[in-house]
Amino acid sequence: MDEALADALARLPDYLGSHVLVSVAALALGLALSFPLALASLRRPVLRALLLAATSIVQTVPGLALLALFYPLLLGAAALSERVLGIGFSALGFLPAVLALALYSMLPVVRNTITGIMTVDPAVRQAAMGVGMTEQQALRMVELPLALPVIMAGVRTASVWVIGTATLSTPIGQTSLGNYIFTGLQTQNWVFVLFGCVAAAVLALLVDQLLALMERGFSARRRGAVAAGAIGLVLTTSLALVPNLMRGNAGYVIGAKPFGEQYILAGLIEDRLRAKGFAAARRDGLGSAVILDALAAGDIDVYVEYSGTIWANQMRRSDVQPRAEILKEVAGWLKGRHGIETMGGLGFENAYALAMKRERAAQLAVRSIADLARHAPALSIAGDYEFFGRPEWKAIRETYGLSFARERQMQAEFMYPAAAAGEVDVISAYTSDGRVAQFGLQVLEDPKQAIPPYDAILLVSPKRASDKAFLDALRPLIDAINVETMREANRRASGGATPEAVARWLAERIGN
Amino acid sequence: MPEDAAITLEGVTKHFGDGAPALDGVSLSVRPREFLAVVGASGSGKTTLLRLINRLSEPSAGTLRVGGADVTTLDPIALRRRIGYVFQEVGLFPHMTVAENIAITPRLLGWEKARMAARVDELLGLMRLDGSYRARFPHQLSGGERQRVGVARALAAGPEMVLMDEPFAALDPLTRDALGQDYRALHDALGLTTLMITHDMIEALGLADRIAVLRAGAVIAQGAPAALIDHEHAYVRELMQTPRKLAARVDALLAAKER
Repeated sequence: MDEALADALARLPDYLGSHVLVSVAALALGLALSFPLALASLRRPVLRALLLAATSIVQTVPGLALLALFYPLLLGAAALSERVLGIGFSALGFLPAVLALALYSMLPVVRNTITGIMTVDPAVRQAAMGVGMTEQQALRMVELPLALPVIMAGVRTASVWVIGTATLSTPIGQTSLGNYIFTGLQTQNWVFVLFGCVAAAVLALLVDQLLALMERGFSARRRGAVAAGAIGLVLTTSLALVPNLMRGNAGYVIGAKPFGEQYILAGLIEDRLRAKGFAAARRDGLGSAVILDALAAGDIDVYVEYSGTIWANQMRRSDVQPRAEILKEVAGWLKGRHGIETMGGLGFENAYALAMKRERAAQLAVRSIADLARHAPALSIAGDYEFFGRPEWKAIRETYGLSFARERQMQAEFMYPAAAAGEVDVISAYTSDGRVAQFGLQVLEDPKQAIPPYDAILLVSPKRASDKAFLDALRPLIDAINVETMREANRRASGGATPEAVARWLAERIGN
Repeated sequence: MPEDAAITLEGVTKHFGDGAPALDGVSLSVRPREFLAVVGASGSGKTTLLRLINRLSEPSAGTLRVGGADVTTLDPIALRRRIGYVFQEVGLFPHMTVAENIAITPRLLGWEKARMAARVDELLGLMRLDGSYRARFPHQLSGGERQRVGVARALAAGPEMVLMDEPFAALDPLTRDALGQDYRALHDALGLTTLMITHDMIEALGLADRIAVLRAGAVIAQGAPAALIDHEHAYVRELMQTPRKLAARVDALLAAKER
């Protein structure tokens, strides 16, 4: 408990700084767009209707989806810009997060600005014109000051939304307080989850109160209150940002997908690079679809992938070849298509598999997926968020003629206990997962080899492909971890140890 | 129409939409230094008439002259800055202090700070408000005080003409009378030309040099108060009923007391 808390605190400067940076940038951009648009639409009913409709629609898109949508969009834009202007930019992390959050922040600001100004007493507006103000002067001297409380309420709502939603920018590669939440959820580290939620809430409340102080200062014309609020905001921002700026540019970036094994392996690589004198940083919690593009674009430099994922998802192959053959073809394809260097396998496989509670399997006399076909129409299956959309699932279903009564998606962490408790009959498991044994589950055989092999492979970005010192530092990891060792490492992590602690254990165990 | 009139309307018509015109061929003139009251019921087009003069609204037909010049040839912003305007609902800016409200037109005209401050003090004095009012906000004032500030604001930039839109309608009788008399005194002292809109014939009789009666968008009578007493138009005679009855009643009371 104390160790987890200490670990959480140690990460706070990094996570908080990044969170504040992305939130401030998004709010600044959001306000810079919202105010002129809202003001321009005041006397243009059509524009006003369009603007309110557009910002409302943006608001109905779930935050995570909005953030995720910006990645492919920017990837296309980056490729175009590279080709046309010769200037590329990173489509990962900061930029998509800022753009999505800025859009997200617009509705309350636009709506409150329009409402605030349009609800100014018409008699006061008449008086402004009557004393000889121009439209501009009436806006600046009368309408805006009178609408200020309503506008500021919009700004406060927007800032609370942005600070809260910024936690969702972790999966697209932007470090944020969401890293606590996503990592915590994956590794069942509830201290982390709670810490992330509380930190984001405290930050949001603090900013909200400082803005409220400024607003009261404006209304009561107390310069001191306005200044105190402004200074508080600047202080909060700069205190949060200083550690980030001081650290400077982290040279090598290690990517990790959002689950425990990836965090352990990323920690292992990070420690190893640091020990060899490299500046290393992490991009945790990158989605499966994002991470390979990120590597190809050089947004990250190294990560651990699984051969079968490339085979099935990227190469769209549904045939199954021997392990060595798949490894070779995958490496060739990655090199040819993206210039990505495959350093080799780590020595273990983490394949998808179907698993059942041991007693249940015995009761139904099911030992392989083929045996399952008979019972499937009466059974339910749970998979992680990716599983039912993956080609392997299609292959399994078609090869064995499976049709389940019910398919449920859940967080991987909850699938194992759900199977153990009998809430679902079959789950999609991972062969290197320590929890298969921990929860008394049995992995079903795959006699027709519908599921391709999933060797853990170390991939290096094109721009580091000829970085000899870097490659030399990583090479000792090749073929160093067998499946028992990895399973034990995963078991330790799901037993409550932090991924970093497990990474250190793993390094010792494999003699690195 | 006299050439030297301060404000002249010639056949001014104003339509809003398809209905009956709000103003229908109104011809009217206000001489320099004259106090003209336009009396009419609500919906008679009074406020529309006022708004046309400083171009808050444009006529559908007819010509308006201010100081001899066709208003359509004048810059509306500059025009409004040289005509004082006292609003029906006061229309003080709630987020500005009394001093800032009074100094608004001078500020728009780019006066220097010291000159504006001196002018504010002068006007507060004219309106019988002491210096402690400078820093107060409109919501801290009584209705009468607010309208005094409203008048001060209208006079701040030293206009020759003042338009008043039922300025004292919302005040209690004593306050209304005091403020009316104070304003009339200023009108004379400063040599102003005033066009006041009111629905109250008693107020018009008490303050104005000349009265025009507006009904359904048309001027049906205009002249000195005495000329209206036995006017041929039934509506005008009707308007005069109330003050006449009132006068008769007061006379009777006074006579009874003397006896």
